[in-house]
Amino acid sequence: MTMTTRDTTTAPSDAPDDDRVPVAKAPERRRRRWLLRNDLAGWAFVGPAMIIILGLSIFPAAWAFILSLQKWNGFAPPEFIGGENYSQLMSDAEFWEAVTHTGVYVVLFVPASVLMGLFLAVALNRNIRFVGLYRTAIFVPFVASAAATGILSTYLFSPQYGLANNALRTAGLPAQGWLEDPQQAMLVIAIMSLWGQAAFTTVIYLAALQDIPNELLEAARIDGANPWQTFWRIVWPELGPVTVFVTIWQTITALQLFDLVYTTTRGGPLDATKTIVYFLWEKAFKTLEFGYGSAAAYVLFAVTLLITVGMVIYARSRKMEAF
Amino acid sequence: MAMDMLDTVTLTTGKSERPPRRRRGMSGWHFVLAPIALLFVIPFAQMIMASFSPASELVKFPPPFVPSRFTLDSFIALFSTTDVLVWLLNSMVVSVIAIVAHIILCSLAGYGFARLHFRGRNVGFFMIVATIMIPTQLLMIPTYVMFSKLGVINTLAAAFVPWLASAFGIFLMRQFFLSIPQEIEEAAALDGANRLQTFLRVVLPLAKPAIATLAIFTLLSSWNDLIWPLIAINDDSIFTVQLGIANFQSTRRTQWDLLMAANVIATAPLVLFFLFAQKQFVQTMTMSGMKG
Repeated sequence: MTMTTRDTTTAPSDAPDDDRVPVAKAPERRRRRWLLRNDLAGWAFVGPAMIIILGLSIFPAAWAFILSLQKWNGFAPPEFIGGENYSQLMSDAEFWEAVTHTGVYVVLFVPASVLMGLFLAVALNRNIRFVGLYRTAIFVPFVASAAATGILSTYLFSPQYGLANNALRTAGLPAQGWLEDPQQAMLVIAIMSLWGQAAFTTVIYLAALQDIPNELLEAARIDGANPWQTFWRIVWPELGPVTVFVTIWQTITALQLFDLVYTTTRGGPLDATKTIVYFLWEKAFKTLEFGYGSAAAYVLFAVTLLITVGMVIYARSRKMEAF
Repeated sequence: MAMDMLDTVTLTTGKSERPPRRRRGMSGWHFVLAPIALLFVIPFAQMIMASFSPASELVKFPPPFVPSRFTLDSFIALFSTTDVLVWLLNSMVVSVIAIVAHIILCSLAGYGFARLHFRGRNVGFFMIVATIMIPTQLLMIPTYVMFSKLGVINTLAAAFVPWLASAFGIFLMRQFFLSIPQEIEEAAALDGANRLQTFLRVVLPLAKPAIATLAIFTLLSSWNDLIWPLIAINDDSIFTVQLGIANFQSTRRTQWDLLMAANVIATAPLVLFFLFAQKQFVQTMTMSGMKG
């Protein structure tokens, strides 16, 4: 940087009568070469990964936007139709149903997963016997894939042979339709998501709990606060940023629900579990409406961004710096 | 033991404060934690029981939780009627390539962005970070079209190429390299090592915890992915294990012994790995939460 400014102050470099030139030019050239070598070294380090990110994220993201303005089935020449896909989406009842179903899932899953993570973290954050065992039991489901979790759910919640209905029958309660009942299917999916992902929010809250300075808790104890008061007056406010973060994170994850639907209900019964991503997958890869599917994907992206930005602004206004 | 598990979570910050240690002993919390832990274990227990159960017992009414005898029938039937071993192998190939590529590419790039000074660095890093926000669903359609044009659709390459590097991986490694004191590298440079030598011999050995995190993150996401293989692969012999079991499910809707055996096969590798390296998994989960 400094070189370029000096460059302009020194005389035109090819002035033959300037005897300072050989002296000034040599370090400058060396400096240039040094800069260039630095550039090359830098790009040699970051280049390969950059190419992949460019080729597999930035380029397809831009292309998806172009696709969303086209009508294309992958074979015939694409036809530019401007914002028509978007306006068609806005009046597509099937899409709005998918939005509603996704919304239902977000409402069922996000608050429950955040509260459950908080509760489990508080419960596990103590040095009692077997606590390692409890942690392992609660964390293991996290590594099971959504596909395996889905297949397992169809068994556990099978109306005839499933464990859930057996438990109900044993307790003298009426058996339920679960995944085969349009009213209950999304609830079952949310329950199994919680089973699989409770570990995530729990681990984040556990780390946050351990970051709370001991002196704070000590001081509260000396002041005569009971555990309940300590939690609500000290611990809970300290966890504010983490709560904002996991809420945003779980919302983004929930908006992208697909795998678990695919391996449990395939969007059924009566489309009751057809989510936005399921809708866009069907449009793009079942009926080959690449343009329409891309438009749905961009709407999902926009909604994700809006919710994230909205939550961050809300958190800032409540003086909780999450980011 | 397990209490120490989370101390390593403070990978980059370096501060680790334990909660006040109380005397071990009976605590009311057992009455809360034991039933919850049991609830979390029951689905797995049921899955394993069913996979070792004779098929006839699973359709009895009501079916017993513990089978009257344990049998390998379902696994034998699974291995003889499906390519499940090939699917497992495919998944391993995908995950191993993904992990190796991630470690190489992301640590190189992470180091470059953390330590090297070159023109375009900030723009490049900004582009990487910006892609973290893009949902993968947005990329599926163009990537599918692109891969079809390149002729890699329906090959194993289609399954692993999207996992070669990730913005999160680069970000993670950069954060780690920023936390290493610069004097260590300066000392190596004074000894005449060039950038690459410094990186390979001095910096990388220090990065083992971050690399473990990166490897587990990549393993979890590449092994468990379903939607992308579902789109990119049609051939039975190229299925990953997740796609394989999902496809198997649609043909054997209620043959619970077979379905649960397939589930056990698909889940066991990561579960065993988790039990073996729980500390690193928990650390990975915490770090992957920090990427926001």
